[in-house]
Amino acid sequence: MAAVSAAPALTAQNITKSFGERQAVRDVSFDIAPGELLGLIGPNGAGKTTLLSIVAGIQKADEGSVAQPDPDAARIGWVPQQTAVYLKLTVAQNLRLFARLENVADPDATVVRMLEQTGLEERADDELGRLSGGNRQRVNIAVGLLADPPVLLLDEPSGALDPRQRDRLWGFINALTERGTAVIFATHDIAEAERHANRVLVLADGELLFDGTAQELKTVAGADAEHDLEQAFVGFLRERGH
Amino acid sequence: MLLKDLQILRRSKLLVGLLIVYPVAIALLIGFALSSGPEKPRLAFLNQIPATQTKINFGGEQIDVQVYTDNLFDAVDRIDVENREQALEKVRKGEVLAALIIPSDFVMKLSTGGFDSASVEVVYNGDALKQSFVESTVQSKLAIADAALARQINKVASGYIKVITVGGEINALGQNFKLLGLVESKKLLDDTLQDAPPEIVRKLQPLAQFADIGVANIGRFNDVLNTVEKPVEVTETVLSGRRTPLDTFAVALAVTVSLMFVCVLLASGLLALEREENTFSRLARGLVPGGRLLAGKVLLAAGCAFVVTLVMLLGISAFVPLGYDRLALWVAAIAASGVAFATLGVAIGSLAREVRAASLLALMLALPLAFLALVPSGGVSPVLYDVIQVISALFPFKPALDAINTAINDADTNLAITFVHLAALTLAFGGAAYWGLRRFAAN
Repeated sequence: MAAVSAAPALTAQNITKSFGERQAVRDVSFDIAPGELLGLIGPNGAGKTTLLSIVAGIQKADEGSVAQPDPDAARIGWVPQQTAVYLKLTVAQNLRLFARLENVADPDATVVRMLEQTGLEERADDELGRLSGGNRQRVNIAVGLLADPPVLLLDEPSGALDPRQRDRLWGFINALTERGTAVIFATHDIAEAERHANRVLVLADGELLFDGTAQELKTVAGADAEHDLEQAFVGFLRERGH
Repeated sequence: MLLKDLQILRRSKLLVGLLIVYPVAIALLIGFALSSGPEKPRLAFLNQIPATQTKINFGGEQIDVQVYTDNLFDAVDRIDVENREQALEKVRKGEVLAALIIPSDFVMKLSTGGFDSASVEVVYNGDALKQSFVESTVQSKLAIADAALARQINKVASGYIKVITVGGEINALGQNFKLLGLVESKKLLDDTLQDAPPEIVRKLQPLAQFADIGVANIGRFNDVLNTVEKPVEVTETVLSGRRTPLDTFAVALAVTVSLMFVCVLLASGLLALEREENTFSRLARGLVPGGRLLAGKVLLAAGCAFVVTLVMLLGISAFVPLGYDRLALWVAAIAASGVAFATLGVAIGSLAREVRAASLLALMLALPLAFLALVPSGGVSPVLYDVIQVISALFPFKPALDAINTAINDADTNLAITFVHLAALTLAFGGAAYWGLRRFAAN
């Protein structure tokens, strides 16, 4: 795992968001340091995607704020749960289009760099619709990285991938954090969060229940030789009324 | 499997409701637009024949013109008016499809001026569809009434021919005359020629041949009379002074329908594609402002449709004569209509999550709009017509059809007002589309 520096790359404070009567996110605060890999875990409907989309700037919070220390820094990178690219365009065309929209200084050079990073140089001229789910997800992540953002948000990045593709994906993400990119990923796969995250946030019914390392969560949840983290996590949620 | 499908349908109340309501609504609209018009068109009627002069004395026979006009009006919804101005006003306001005026000299011309010059006047407002509806009804009923009148005339004329052939009495200028007849004349001539000297026989032989031929072919005179079937002419007056022929109106209609479908389907599909491929979530982060995104889709859809319809119009002009001197107006009308249609398309696209849903929604909305705009005044009740007018005014099809028809056919519509109408609808649907995008981004 990458070394984590102390100064935060992003700070979220008192984020609250409601849809009608339902409160999706309730007064959530956290920060993330450069190079840190933060896992956001919780059951379905916990508010993970809503929280990430507020941090990404897609939705506005009813209350609270998201701040980056350097206001001139590139925007936050955003990789939605489902691939958000044009299936009728080629890999290179997609990357070039979004590079231009992101106002990247040299779009063509950036496209070449991202093709290298994703290992998709040979598929550059293939239509997205003809690629496998894993390769589409790589392009999806590459689009989020075009502007070389200091913070990258990934919503359920490995949900549709097979084990081999998942392994390659995490290798790619770890390489990013080693270069200093702060990465927040949402998942309901507890084992994945335990394996890759430096730190985990537990969210249930919009409420932040835990902020610490996976080991600390194990301790709090009471995982032991008989109960793995997932079982302990379910018990942890039940104890808190979720 | 059948039970499963029924259970699914039972739980899809909206779909089932739509499946029932939509075809019924479309059928009703088609009925209003195409059927109800010619069946019983509402016509203003002005009878200027003096009450004392409704009968024609023809060869001792009385022909009642009232019977003739009553026959004509059993096929229309008749609104009696007091004078010509009132009749024209009703046509102008769209309260009636047309006005039928029987002039005061109708009886006089029928009885003394010769049948060809007697005429009735039908006044239209220049709308090609309405004119077509009324024309077909009036012409068919006029043909029936003409036939009845012609039969009466034939009967009188046949009587004269019979007297000329076999002899008898006729009344002319108030006096009775006795005629010998061709048959008796021939007998007398034949008897005379039997004892006449050869010189006289030679001189009178052509007269005897004439009498022979006349008696032998007397039946053909009635055949000739039977061909006289149209004693009354129809004079058409168009209030605007301009009339759109149905074929060139059909061109304007075809262009407008094509423009609408290309624009609405393309614009709604282009916007829905952003949601279907999830790219909207990326763009909504400020990469492309909502207004710019919508404007891009509108211009692309309107641009494509503009090229398609302009090429179509130029192609049609090879078969239907259209005025190229109005090309600038064609371009302006198609462009303004295209932008309005495309804006309606993005408004629809902003409601749908995928291209197929957007296309279906666009199609379901576009079809009734076209039918509604074609329902003629007088084809339905005045209240329903007013409701239809309001609904049509809220969507771009009617003003687009007016603009394109005026641009192509110089129809009686104020083009500037139509452009303002289209611009207002563009702004309204643009606002609705923008609201739809924001609503989606917020969820």
